[in-house]
Amino acid sequence: MDYFAKRIIPCLDVKDGRVVKGVNFVGLKDAGDPIEVARRYNNEGADELTFLDITASSDNRDTIIDIVKKVACEVFIPLTVGGGIRKLDDIYKLLNVGCDKVSINSAAVKRPELIDEGAKRFGSQCIVTAIDVKKTGNKHHVYLNGGRIDTGIDALVWAKEAVSRGSGEILLTSMDADGTKDGFELNITQQISQAVHVPVIASGGAGNMRHIKEVFEHGADAALAASIFHYKEVDITQLKHYLNKHDIPVRL
Amino acid sequence: MIAIVDYNMGNLASVKNACSKLSQEAVLESDPAKLCKYDKIILPGVGAYGDAVSSLKKRGMDEAVKEFAKSGKFMLGICLGMQLLFERSSEFGNHEGLGLIKGEVVKFSTQKFSKPLKIPHMGWNRVFTKEHSLFNKLDKNHYLYFVHSFHVECFDLTDIIGESEYGYQFTSAVAHGNIMGIQPHPEKSHLNGLQILKNFINM
Repeated sequence: MDYFAKRIIPCLDVKDGRVVKGVNFVGLKDAGDPIEVARRYNNEGADELTFLDITASSDNRDTIIDIVKKVACEVFIPLTVGGGIRKLDDIYKLLNVGCDKVSINSAAVKRPELIDEGAKRFGSQCIVTAIDVKKTGNKHHVYLNGGRIDTGIDALVWAKEAVSRGSGEILLTSMDADGTKDGFELNITQQISQAVHVPVIASGGAGNMRHIKEVFEHGADAALAASIFHYKEVDITQLKHYLNKHDIPVRL
Repeated sequence: MIAIVDYNMGNLASVKNACSKLSQEAVLESDPAKLCKYDKIILPGVGAYGDAVSSLKKRGMDEAVKEFAKSGKFMLGICLGMQLLFERSSEFGNHEGLGLIKGEVVKFSTQKFSKPLKIPHMGWNRVFTKEHSLFNKLDKNHYLYFVHSFHVECFDLTDIIGESEYGYQFTSAVAHGNIMGIQPHPEKSHLNGLQILKNFINM
């Protein structure tokens, strides 16, 4: 009997202290107080929460620290923060207030040693490498800046490197699928999941419960989504019952 | 009063927050000389075994924790903190632990897995518990949050109070008299995790 649960991770995009929603970071709408939203997801049975800080100005960086600090006082599940993490001190400040993991994206591509240093100082378990990919020819390339910059790096090669440098988890976002609600990109999720020995969180494209079931069947260890949970198109409790009915182990 | 042993290994805020939520004041204590004054201690920890042992030793905290254990007062090791209670670990070299519980810490042996699984064991899993006051009032099918690549092996099987399944069955909770340890993170395991901490506080 298999009990080890697949994880459901709602993502909260946070800008200047508020949860925001929009497509490709354009036309952002205010969507609530992060602490209230976190509380709601926690009550519905979220297995972890991810905060993506999309605050443009570095002056407001302390806002996300303050939010995590407040959430960590009442939500007792793992918390991840991504967005704008560039140096060890950024990681330290977040972990110090009750954040469990940080997800590093462009800073890791620009200076991969950040992964080694973070893993050595804080442990691999808290260093998530976030990889945004787009299909480019017959390969998937790593993209930066929300899909605008093609680094030319093969996603599979980068995922393996990130893990060998000490990353404890990969957060894989398909920029092709993101926002479409047509389902995850199963192919690249499966390839990366088979290529690395650490858990892979699939992101981008979730539109309904079946999509999440499919991505778990293709090797993802966790599924991350924002809008379907945010707009209550999918209720986390219902989703878990649905997955359980289809023999996918979940924490109920 | 409860002390959370502060030996510069990892994030102690979550354990402290969880205690506050349970209306239990907990002090981050980094002074070994003061440890014996507390009613209970929690030994947390994330990171590497070797680093943790040297960090404990550097401050003389290893001896203070051993003294506390002798006093008969309750103590709880969480995750790496549980593994430190054992005699030794083979994590990146051989390291001597506190030796409060007989046994050793070994890496998940993926060759023995019944099917391929990721390492670290990261996520929510079941703990099949024996009758123990640490596990009072838990939900029948409770899940707890794990993050680890190494697990303990008890030499004295009567010390085992919880087992979990990941590739194979392994020990996920131990108790030897007043000394207890749990592999998953109760401070990150939602209501059932808080209940475990509450049970410890109420001992």
